[in-house]
Amino acid sequence: MKLYDYELSGNCYKIRLMLNFLGREYETRPVDFYPGREHKSPELMKLNPLGQLPILEDGDLVLRDAQAILTYLAHKYDPSGQWYPVSDPDRLGQVAQWLAFADGITATASSARLHDTLFYELDVEAARAGAHRLFRVLDEHLWFAEQEGQDWICSGDHPTIADLACFPYVILSEEGGVSRQDYPAIRRWCDRIKRLPGFVLMSGVFPTSQSAA
Amino acid sequence: MTQACKDPVIHNQWHPLTSLDEIAQGLVHDTVLLEQPLSYAMDDTGALHVWYRTPAQPAHTPYDPAKAGNALPARSKHGYLWTCVGKPPKDLFPVPELLEPDRQNVPTGVFGVNVSAGRTIENFLDMGHFPFVHTGILGEEPRTEVKEYDVEISESRDEILATRCQFYQPKAALASESGADVEYVYRVPHINCALLYKSSPGFEAEGRMDVIYMFLQPMTREWTRAHTGMCVIDLENSYQGIRCFQQVIFGQDKPILENQFPKQLPLDTRAETPIRADKSAIAYRRWLSRKGLTYGVIPAAV
Repeated sequence: MKLYDYELSGNCYKIRLMLNFLGREYETRPVDFYPGREHKSPELMKLNPLGQLPILEDGDLVLRDAQAILTYLAHKYDPSGQWYPVSDPDRLGQVAQWLAFADGITATASSARLHDTLFYELDVEAARAGAHRLFRVLDEHLWFAEQEGQDWICSGDHPTIADLACFPYVILSEEGGVSRQDYPAIRRWCDRIKRLPGFVLMSGVFPTSQSAA
Repeated sequence: MTQACKDPVIHNQWHPLTSLDEIAQGLVHDTVLLEQPLSYAMDDTGALHVWYRTPAQPAHTPYDPAKAGNALPARSKHGYLWTCVGKPPKDLFPVPELLEPDRQNVPTGVFGVNVSAGRTIENFLDMGHFPFVHTGILGEEPRTEVKEYDVEISESRDEILATRCQFYQPKAALASESGADVEYVYRVPHINCALLYKSSPGFEAEGRMDVIYMFLQPMTREWTRAHTGMCVIDLENSYQGIRCFQQVIFGQDKPILENQFPKQLPLDTRAETPIRADKSAIAYRRWLSRKGLTYGVIPAAV
């Protein structure tokens, strides 16, 4: 299995997290995303005509889109069905709903980070405002979930790919000038993810303390 | 011409705008320096041009000298384009290693950091954070001690020099095979530029060192463009591998930098409590104070 990877990409980080949680061996093919723009090279455009990362090759299969890759990996390599609960229609619906929400986080919080860090030309104020709108929704959702004794975005005792899809650009949001100070439930959820066995870091993400509880 | 910032110390400096590698020849590029919108281009003959941005020459359009705004000085040095919005100094600091034929000069990318240039230089000079921020690469617990080192301000060259710096590093460079005590020398030859020299894996006996540099472009008081690069004697690792290694390191520093408070650098010696390991940072703050810098810093109370 080969991951076309860029260290500073949150979308690539999602896949590295998933593969580590699943304990799968994989090979990385580092892509000079910045400043080399290698993801727009003919070789990579052939694999993904959208010119984006990540791309996963597994046998003959070539997949693009972080959320699609998460879905595939969880369904194929997690026999317990915890990460992607296909046999439970309610939870499956929730997962799909929050995977779409994760795309919204990419379009806002990640865009603001690309503007501040890699000088992408875009309306950064709109991106930051959009990120705060989504963070308020997520924070409220997580707060009410905690009241029900639920640690993760979707119901049930185990995290799902929805958590992994939302986590990277939330934890990297400050690099785009989006503070998480006003979202205590989001901050607690981030710490819970960091304490999962198999959790790995990326540049810009730091470990947390072990739970006091 | 209206100037957004009035500090002559920062005005009368050469400032980096871009690595030459990243210029698309013939096209207009936009950037910001000291809150001033600027544009630059490399024309078809390879000559460099910098001017105050004008709506007549938008970014990504072909460069047309007739339409460009008021020209600024443009200088090519160390693989970068430099300009000055005040009275340009005659010279820009030398980096002799860049001219050695068996080295690669690898610009590792320019990154925006939401903090002042001074804070960024200070972090670059600091060894104390290695085990905690660059765990497993540039340091690891419990080997956290910063040993005694020397700092001098060279009067003849007007630069800060820190020597005899030593630190245990599990993976000092991409070409390292195991952990080692690595020797460092730091140079700050410009208020916003710093270089570090570290023993090059395999070349310790010859005393030759890799050079890692950071040239900072202050866009505003609290938003900096950090041009990073390395000049290494490393013929085995690819250009891309070296780039990737350096980006991992800088990506780890970035959130630490952005959480500095205040974001501008306090020059008052009583503003923050330094420890012995901060010797080079203290020298840097004093040096800036003596120059009378006010931009991007909190000057000491008189």
